[in-house]
Amino acid sequence: MAGRRSYFDHAATTPMRPEAVEAMLPFLSGNFGNPSGSHAESRRARRAVDDARDQVALLLGADPGEVVFTSGGTEADNLAVAGAWEAMVATSPTPATALVCSAMEHHAVLNACRALARRTGAELREVRTGKDGIIDLDALAEACTPEVRLVSVMTVNNEIGTVQPIGSVTAVVRHRSPSALVHTDAVQAVPWLDGRELTAGADLVAVSAHKFGGPKGVGALVVRDGTVVHPILHGGGQERDRRSGTHNVAGIVSMAAALAATDSDRPSTVERVGRMRDRLGDGLLATVAGTSETGERSARTAGHLHLRFAGIESEALVVLLDEAGVAVSAGAACSSGAVEASHVLESMGFSREEATGGIRISLGATTTEADIDHALAVVPGAVAQLRD
Amino acid sequence: MSVLVALSGGVDSSVAAALVAEQYGRDQVVGATLKLWGGASDSGCCSVADVEDARRVADQLGLVHHVFNFAAGFEERVVDPYVRGHAEGRTPNPCIECNRYLKFDRLLERARTLGFDAVATGHHARRVTTAEGRFRLCRGADPLKDQSYVLAMLGQDQLARTVFPVGELTKGQVRDEARRLGLRTAGKPDSQDVCFIRADQGRAAFLASRIPLHPGRLVDHETGEDLGPVEAVELVTVGQRRGMGHATDGKRRFVTAVDIANRRVSIGSPEAAHASDVRLHTVSWVDGAPAGLGGPGGLGRPHHGAGGADVGAGADVGAEAGVPVLAQCSAHGHPVPSSVQLVGDELSIVFGAPQRRVAPGQTVALYDPDHPDTVVGSGIAG
Repeated sequence: MAGRRSYFDHAATTPMRPEAVEAMLPFLSGNFGNPSGSHAESRRARRAVDDARDQVALLLGADPGEVVFTSGGTEADNLAVAGAWEAMVATSPTPATALVCSAMEHHAVLNACRALARRTGAELREVRTGKDGIIDLDALAEACTPEVRLVSVMTVNNEIGTVQPIGSVTAVVRHRSPSALVHTDAVQAVPWLDGRELTAGADLVAVSAHKFGGPKGVGALVVRDGTVVHPILHGGGQERDRRSGTHNVAGIVSMAAALAATDSDRPSTVERVGRMRDRLGDGLLATVAGTSETGERSARTAGHLHLRFAGIESEALVVLLDEAGVAVSAGAACSSGAVEASHVLESMGFSREEATGGIRISLGATTTEADIDHALAVVPGAVAQLRD
Repeated sequence: MSVLVALSGGVDSSVAAALVAEQYGRDQVVGATLKLWGGASDSGCCSVADVEDARRVADQLGLVHHVFNFAAGFEERVVDPYVRGHAEGRTPNPCIECNRYLKFDRLLERARTLGFDAVATGHHARRVTTAEGRFRLCRGADPLKDQSYVLAMLGQDQLARTVFPVGELTKGQVRDEARRLGLRTAGKPDSQDVCFIRADQGRAAFLASRIPLHPGRLVDHETGEDLGPVEAVELVTVGQRRGMGHATDGKRRFVTAVDIANRRVSIGSPEAAHASDVRLHTVSWVDGAPAGLGGPGGLGRPHHGAGGADVGAGADVGAEAGVPVLAQCSAHGHPVPSSVQLVGDELSIVFGAPQRRVAPGQTVALYDPDHPDTVVGSGIAG
């Protein structure tokens, strides 16, 4: 197996689908127009963006006018949090004084909420997660008082892959905080869950192309009809004044192609990848003593596996596995590349010590049985070396 | 031999990496940058900009590069004790504690578990292997940049797995080599002061954000006479001259003692600010305690004990006359001929001539009078 690379970090990013690469190429040279113009070159680009919007809307169960293209998941989340808040403050007859998010949110949501709270003086309530990796609905209900104006709960957690009960979350919010909007970061959900169902009544839904075989640097925010977001980027007024900036035409077209391809083979991918994930997870749990799986597997997407190896530091395990040709991740990486303590595991009530040996193994559409064999062959030895 | 080279993003470690890559082959060398500090005041040795420099140097040298997050350990072992020390009237040296607990403990251990034979750092110091296979720790070739003082707590266990590739070079030669290789760090200024304290905010602001600072009184060392107010007793260090003014006879005044509990800073004449002895705890030896202290070796003599370990209780059989050493009381201080004796597990140093008082918490490094470049051991002033 010398020289072989097995990639298990699809939750960080996944290779582009051939359909998505193919789709974007014409827009890098020949069809180069700026969609916001009045000549033939612009019209051709405009047509491509509109077609892509129709397709993305259809596959996300939205109307075309509800889709706002962004530079990615982070911008979509920031637009949802800050843009929706600002619009609400502008129209609300009573002061907007509180917002709620789950404590396991991706930093794109968590830090956007924290920045908003700092900037406006609003109170941010971060709701804990159970040991099963699911948001505590009782704690959510407690946090959702009438003055809450925004609630953000992710559809699928990026570190451990647990699917959150967005339908129940929405029901709680509608009942307890009737003036609040519900935002869900669905970035990790698209490869594994039917886009038409996953939003379950949320007002705002964020997705990112590179998590499902599209290019990096493009994403979308679904803004449900009747929900207003103020722009956070000001300029030419594109995207119906919700997001200024020249359209990333090639990226948008490519994202639509990736979403279509993902949607059409999702059932078989989920089935195949889920089986491989189970073989890998069961194999490691059986052969490596002192291994635990984080959260309930039944509540997890097919591509995620999160294991904790007692008595080791995941930062070292990632290095050893990398040398052995297996790419995995340990929690969230910061801008320097260092591994940060996992706020997700912390939100689930794990101590720093328990969280230290945790690694995320995430599979994708291109994962093969040979990758699983490779990981099963090298992980036990690497863990043993670190425990030595 | 496989080597994990610690890359800080500075020029010394950049050249150290280049030298080990040349010597052992770049497929045997991996670069690692320690993320030590994640606080808002991060501006020093582990800022993102420095990590980027380290990564780009590794790229240029063809080395794999990792970032290890030791921030929690740094907080616990270096920053917290530094802050606590000031709250209790001590002045710890954070660079030494970082070397003791992070670079030459956790990083060495990380390197071992990852299968590396050694760790290389960019320190200006030399490791010399004796005919008997023991390791000496010696001053770097550049007397102005020598860092043996901040490594004086190392023992045989650590030295056996450590290399200092730039120890034989002067700083000028290091920069020349970096320029010759076209490394982006060639002209980077040397790091200054404590890495976790922002230069534009300073120690006072850093400590004030973590502990309450208390105003106090200056009193005469001899008479106890009240000589005026002092802004914060926690910011005063024994031996300090700045801000202490002059006595009526025009002589400068120095801090002789800091009494946090009673919010009192004693000051006195230059003579009063000197002492003829100091007591050290946390004593360590590079290669065992000197024979004259009842230890099995030291001062160049071979032995087979566990070097670098703290001296155990019961070793209080020091020679009555003491063992001669050269004592260096600060990073760039002058080594002073002195004699040492063990008292329990502490070390008593008598200076050949009175020295400026050593602030509690400061490290004293001991060198061999017969080989003045060779570190014998170290301890922390009580």
